Amino acid sequence: MPKVKVPRKSTTVDMTAMTDVAFLLLTFFMLATKFKPDEPVIVDTPSSISEIKLPESNVILITIDKNDRVFFGVDGQPTRETVLRSMAEKYKVSFTEKQIKEFSLMSTFGVPIAQLPQLLDMKAEERLKVTQSGIPCDSLNNELSDWIWQTRLANNVVRIAVKGDRETNYPVVKKVIATLQERKVNRFNFITSMERPE
Amino acid sequence: MAEIEGGGGGGKHKGGKKRGKKLSTRVDFTPMVDLGFLLITFFMLTTSMNKPQTMEINMPDKDVKTEEEKTKVKASQAVTLLLAKDDKVVYYFMQQNGEPGTPMITDYSPGGIRATLIKENKDRNPNIDSIAIYKQQLNMGQIDEPTYKMHASQIKSFKDGLIVVIKATDKSKYKNMIDILDEMLICNIGRYAVVDISDIELEMLKTVNLE
Repeated sequence: MPKVKVPRKSTTVDMTAMTDVAFLLLTFFMLATKFKPDEPVIVDTPSSISEIKLPESNVILITIDKNDRVFFGVDGQPTRETVLRSMAEKYKVSFTEKQIKEFSLMSTFGVPIAQLPQLLDMKAEERLKVTQSGIPCDSLNNELSDWIWQTRLANNVVRIAVKGDRETNYPVVKKVIATLQERKVNRFNFITSMERPE
Repeated sequence: MAEIEGGGGGGKHKGGKKRGKKLSTRVDFTPMVDLGFLLITFFMLTTSMNKPQTMEINMPDKDVKTEEEKTKVKASQAVTLLLAKDDKVVYYFMQQNGEPGTPMITDYSPGGIRATLIKENKDRNPNIDSIAIYKQQLNMGQIDEPTYKMHASQIKSFKDGLIVVIKATDKSKYKNMIDILDEMLICNIGRYAVVDISDIELEMLKTVNLE
């Protein structure tokens, strides 16, 4: 008796559908991801148990690094453009259209406004290499105060977040808080990281 | 889909015409799927890590207030924390006669300032332990988040509860301030304020060699 021939079935599974799903998700995540913007300083934030999340947009970010330099950043390209124009008018510093465009693409900076045109003329890679001196926030020359004020005029729903390094000396923090209070900002956020298990 | 595979390729037709072996048009997608999922994992992890956490703080209004507008607190209710150098905290209570009490030195460890704050808060606010119970109920799903928040804030704002005045010296670090604000959250202290340090307190720090 001849054996009954069972038709051999292919063991390969059709992967096309899976690929479709994988790439659909991939596209979604790629579009949804907001990459961390280039930051001129690395800041190691202190930890806390607080679980409040920072809103994604409309945030002024004041960064203070461990060498007590103050950096300023705000999100939204149109906001940045408006702010720079009004600051230029106030401090009588002229910017070219190209520099304004460049500024609207920059997330954080930390130089006095007089040095800003020079910084904007650099390429993005060069900018990361130079040491920015920080924005003056003394009581005599408080540019930070004006940056905050102009930003709030340009975008009135903006929230303020302070991001400091663990090793930042308190006097600088005090100066920044005093600046904020002068501008009637009595409610703001400190950026912290997740509490490390002890 | 371009699929023409049946059994084991061509050449099995009995008595048929001689045909060239049909090559499969199927492409193995497995590596592509692998790559796809690898990238998905990467993007998923990077997105979730990206949201920074924050701690909210309300500062008192800087405008000078008249005597009537100032909130009056009982002296025995308030504790003043001085954030000194080298990660040390000095705290003192006000005495009945309005004079500051003896300064005590401690640190940021759980057995340090936290233990003191929890104890003092419990002495003044008998309901403070209920927050932990409400928290437990919230975690077990017995009550919802708004109910928990309502109960917690009600207990925290108890009028005879502990009031903490935080004064940071110029020698302290930013980390110290965040740590102490964090302790406020941990110890469920509802009323606290960050205030500038005064000369009397600087003198006091000198007596304990921490100025």
